[in-house]
Amino acid sequence: MSRIVSLMRQPLVVALVLIALLLHLGQTLSPGFASGGQVLRLLIVASLLGIVAAGQNVVILGGREGIDLSVGGVVSLSAIIAGNVMNGADSGIVPAILACLAAGAFFGLLNGLGVTLLRIPPLVMTLGMLGVLQGLLVVIRMGIPSGRTAPGLSGFVTQPLAAGIPGIIWLWIMIGVLMAFMLHRTVFGHRIYAIGSNEHAAYMAGVPVRLMRIALFMISGMFAAIAGLCLLGYSGSSFANVGEQYTLASIIAVVFGGTSLAGGKGGYTGTMAGAILLVILQSILTTVNIDESGRQMVFGATLLLLMMFYGRGRAMRA
Amino acid sequence: MAEITITPRGRAGGMRRLLERYPFLPALAIVVALLLLNGFFSPNSLSYRSLTGLLSTYMALVLLAIAQTYVVYAGDIDLSAGSILSLVNVAIVVLMERWGGGAGAVLLALALGLLLGLACGLLNGIVVAALRLQAIVATFATSIFFTGLALYILPVAGTPAPALFWRTYGGRLLGVPFVFYILAGLVILLLVLSRTRLVTQLLAVGDDQQAAFQSGLPVVPIRIKGYLLCGFFSALAAFCITGDTASGDPLVGGKMTLYSVAAVVLGGSALSGGWGTVVGSLLGALTIGLINSVVFFMGTPSEWQNFVQGLAILVVLMAGVLAGRRARA
Repeated sequence: MSRIVSLMRQPLVVALVLIALLLHLGQTLSPGFASGGQVLRLLIVASLLGIVAAGQNVVILGGREGIDLSVGGVVSLSAIIAGNVMNGADSGIVPAILACLAAGAFFGLLNGLGVTLLRIPPLVMTLGMLGVLQGLLVVIRMGIPSGRTAPGLSGFVTQPLAAGIPGIIWLWIMIGVLMAFMLHRTVFGHRIYAIGSNEHAAYMAGVPVRLMRIALFMISGMFAAIAGLCLLGYSGSSFANVGEQYTLASIIAVVFGGTSLAGGKGGYTGTMAGAILLVILQSILTTVNIDESGRQMVFGATLLLLMMFYGRGRAMRA
Repeated sequence: MAEITITPRGRAGGMRRLLERYPFLPALAIVVALLLLNGFFSPNSLSYRSLTGLLSTYMALVLLAIAQTYVVYAGDIDLSAGSILSLVNVAIVVLMERWGGGAGAVLLALALGLLLGLACGLLNGIVVAALRLQAIVATFATSIFFTGLALYILPVAGTPAPALFWRTYGGRLLGVPFVFYILAGLVILLLVLSRTRLVTQLLAVGDDQQAAFQSGLPVVPIRIKGYLLCGFFSALAAFCITGDTASGDPLVGGKMTLYSVAAVVLGGSALSGGWGTVVGSLLGALTIGLINSVVFFMGTPSEWQNFVQGLAILVVLMAGVLAGRRARA
């Protein structure tokens, strides 16, 4: 019995149970909601969020109030860059991937430098960077058209690749495996947890704390860039601030996955479940026939309710 | 105080001592520099009339930044401040219209608006302090809820505020623009608040929650009171935005939340809590307004304006953090 109780405390288990419940609820509300094709569509949307959340996850794990509010801006920027580099031709896919990764790494590097060298709190630094990115988007948009996706990319995102499952979901699974390997089996991964739980101790033990932190922000920028590229493939062409919603959604996915915002505790498997949970919740709310105001109220209230299951802080003790 | 306490800190250089006593000085310097820049690019922008206009446009952000400051004091954050502003904005506009737009209707609607702001603050406080959810995500969730409520009250922007209300806000009383009375009232309110125990308690909780608890402070009620103050000032900010735009808009505050956080940082307050001034936040909000105005008067091409504003805000944010740290050091 106590084993079941402790199992129920695992964020991943909670998320999976909630996902099953929500799928069941969706199926009851609108038959066909949990059908194979529909679930695949949900997973495609979830994988976009999940890829952004992978970067957000490592920054948060790294601690010292680590958070990246600029990911939404990088997603939008990457979608525009990719659209212009590809401009509808398959031959442009590889250059587009390289350009997007470079842009994501660049803005991640700037965030990392601000956080480490100038010791600006991550929230402030990435918030400021978000403003810069949004301004940059306006400049780019005025100068050039938003560009189109290459057919190869949209096929990768929306059409089955192997075993009837679209390429982006395979990509997401691969990222999940790689993240699990990196976090739990490599020195780099252990160092993330080390600086996240006690930065000073990690420094004393010889961990290059600053370099690590810069690397984490660069990883976050690059994951956001990949998500922006895939988002372009999903929607065909990019439009204004297409990535805006990903900033806070990625943080919520991480929290629902059981990673503590204080850093040093959590992992990516839970975050993947958290992303799926969030997407299913949104999807159910769009199938139910209520107007926008009711939808938002229910969404906000449900988020609060779900948070009650996760990482509540400890009560003060004397 | 500073004259009688003899600490190693007190003997430090004059500059540091000044910073310690008036931590908002860097923010003030930035505001003055931006005013001069404004005057340089467009002499007309320093006229009494333009400054009044600037103040009445950015009064809402000033109040929202002050609202944010009280939760930041305690080491918390409120990402729902902007949506509380939207909610109160549409609520008072709809109430004023329904009740006929007379003086009595306006006052009653404003009173209810304040109560609504306090109720939102109470909900945030309970969720963050009593239920111990993480402030960033929990107040983001409540912000979605408040936005939904605002959309329920007024699905699309556009209901006009009664003329009596916005004419008063944009008008003059005894020859002095009304916003100056608001500013004076605000300064008095802030002075009174700064003398209360609550502000000290909020700062103590923000400085070291565990220590505050162990020395007998009721940490949870104090943090809830911080959110109540935030809700109260967000409602006041809503009154100003209603006076400025003369209409209701369920999404008007959405973009203002992050600006309010930026203004607090610009003012030199620490987001980690325990250190800060409301005057700094007031100046921080004006800095954001002035940056927008300078960028416009410099003749920046329209497509570059957002970028230059973003870059300038990032730079002064860094300056705010560095100056705040120096003052604390």
